[in-house]
Amino acid sequence: MSPEWIYTFVFLAWLAGAAAFVLGLHQMNSPATARAGNRLSAGGMTLAVLVTIPYLMTRPGGLSTTAIAIIVVGFAIGGGLGLWMARSVQMTAMPQLVSLFNAVGGGAAALVAIDDYLRIVGTDELIVSTAIFVVLGAVIGCVTFSGSLIASGKLQGVIPGKPIMIPGGRIVTLALAIVVVAGLVALVAGAAGVVAIDAGSSIAILAAVVLAGLLFGVTMVLPIGGADMPVVISLLNSFTGTAAAMAGFVLANPVLIIAGALVGASGGILTKLMADAMNRSILNIIAGGFGGGEGSVADTGGPGGSVRSITADDAAIQLAYASSVIVVPGYGLAVAQAQHGVRELAELLESRGVDVKYAIHPVAGRMPGHMNVLLAEANVPYPQLKEMDEINPEFTRCDVALVIGANDVTNPAARRAGTPVSGMPILDVDQAKSIIVIKRSMGRGYAGIDNELYVNPKTAMFFADAKAGLAELITAVKAV
Amino acid sequence: MSPELLSALAIFVLAILVGFEVISKVPATLHTPLMSGANSIHGIVLVGAMLIAAEADNPVSYALAFVAVVFGAMNVVGGYVVTDRMLQMFRRKPAAPTKPEGE
Repeated sequence: MSPEWIYTFVFLAWLAGAAAFVLGLHQMNSPATARAGNRLSAGGMTLAVLVTIPYLMTRPGGLSTTAIAIIVVGFAIGGGLGLWMARSVQMTAMPQLVSLFNAVGGGAAALVAIDDYLRIVGTDELIVSTAIFVVLGAVIGCVTFSGSLIASGKLQGVIPGKPIMIPGGRIVTLALAIVVVAGLVALVAGAAGVVAIDAGSSIAILAAVVLAGLLFGVTMVLPIGGADMPVVISLLNSFTGTAAAMAGFVLANPVLIIAGALVGASGGILTKLMADAMNRSILNIIAGGFGGGEGSVADTGGPGGSVRSITADDAAIQLAYASSVIVVPGYGLAVAQAQHGVRELAELLESRGVDVKYAIHPVAGRMPGHMNVLLAEANVPYPQLKEMDEINPEFTRCDVALVIGANDVTNPAARRAGTPVSGMPILDVDQAKSIIVIKRSMGRGYAGIDNELYVNPKTAMFFADAKAGLAELITAVKAV
Repeated sequence: MSPELLSALAIFVLAILVGFEVISKVPATLHTPLMSGANSIHGIVLVGAMLIAAEADNPVSYALAFVAVVFGAMNVVGGYVVTDRMLQMFRRKPAAPTKPEGE
């Protein structure tokens, strides 16, 4: 078979792989087909990677032994590491692992663009469009590489989760942006032949651009607080897709372009959905500073009042004699890894005839849908997990709402204008007949304002770590 | 611009639009697995890493291509496996409803 024919078949297989990505994502619409969708996508990926091998072997020049060794050994190491990490990770630590995989994806895209540039610089192959795509791919890839590593480190606790302000942050960011733009202009002008730049200088300029991209990723993510990391990871995920598409343009490879653009768009939409659910703009998050504790805490204008605290025994009696309980799990539950305790308590209550449901805010946990995953892992039956719109009308009929580590998403102040959380969709916890909040302290959520729910006369505060508090409650309910 | 580049741009724009349409219909429940699934898909850059590995003819290129292959493979394999682990949990209960959520 001639190389042209082989390329035709390879191209068609790449196209089939790209179609599998689209159909796979589509199947992830519903819990029932999501797993099949992911496997379809994985099948498309396997096909796309496998057909690349005969393509490389039949090209003029063929595949050298060194290249084969690089591909085989590299795949064994990278794939083995990825497999091991994906299998061994705790589900609560999963967001930072996704961020880590995102980082290496971005790094790979940047390396592809950089390496291709090194190969063609100083030759006729270097044209204006390629120079543009190389710089974009390298910069975006580098930003997501360093940015995702920082995000992952923040979630893991290696880097402090609180916003870290860089002295002169804005000026540094601006300077880095100028370096990138100037480098882009210089390399494009060089490729166009407008100015004469020799290969060595071009590579030096690209190195400066790459360094600026890496630093930009760090300065972009460091000032952002841990609670906003999901949005940042999603945004960086979108960036990586875009970087992969740019690498696709550099290599003139259709499957990279399609898959990269697909992820770029999906990550963008997902980021917007997440930011909307928190009533924040993406720009606002990236600009940082909100709720950073700089003393600009808004007066919510809510009713003052005293906080009523409650012991485990009293809370247990309320729960045990309720006919319906809605559990509202939040970020604090994920941090305390208390999802198994929640399920145990719920089963105990159910065995006493209490109807138990879970109210899941779209951004509960560390990522949208993360809470569903955590509770599913703890064997909470899927039908008991209710989304916000479905559960909100039920709060008026429920005897006890048990809030565990959720804060801003329950704040009634969101219904009024003029507060930092205004307009954010919330769970109507205050409509319940009585409310028990398990919380370590009266500390504020990331919005930096007091939660009016806590001073509601119907609310009782049970001050405890989510995991320890649940253990106490379980013991107390058993004793009732 | 060359015809190849123009058609590549057309593919790029259409793929972006497809991405918007496919994603906007996913319920919030599945957003984390979805993000992880999309994260695996950009592991397609592994194909790009293989292409540059084949072109490499000097130590610097060998090194860059090797790291790119390692990174790309980690992204692909790890991404799909961790997504599958997440989704497996949604299906463990036989009582799981088959009706689409949140539509």
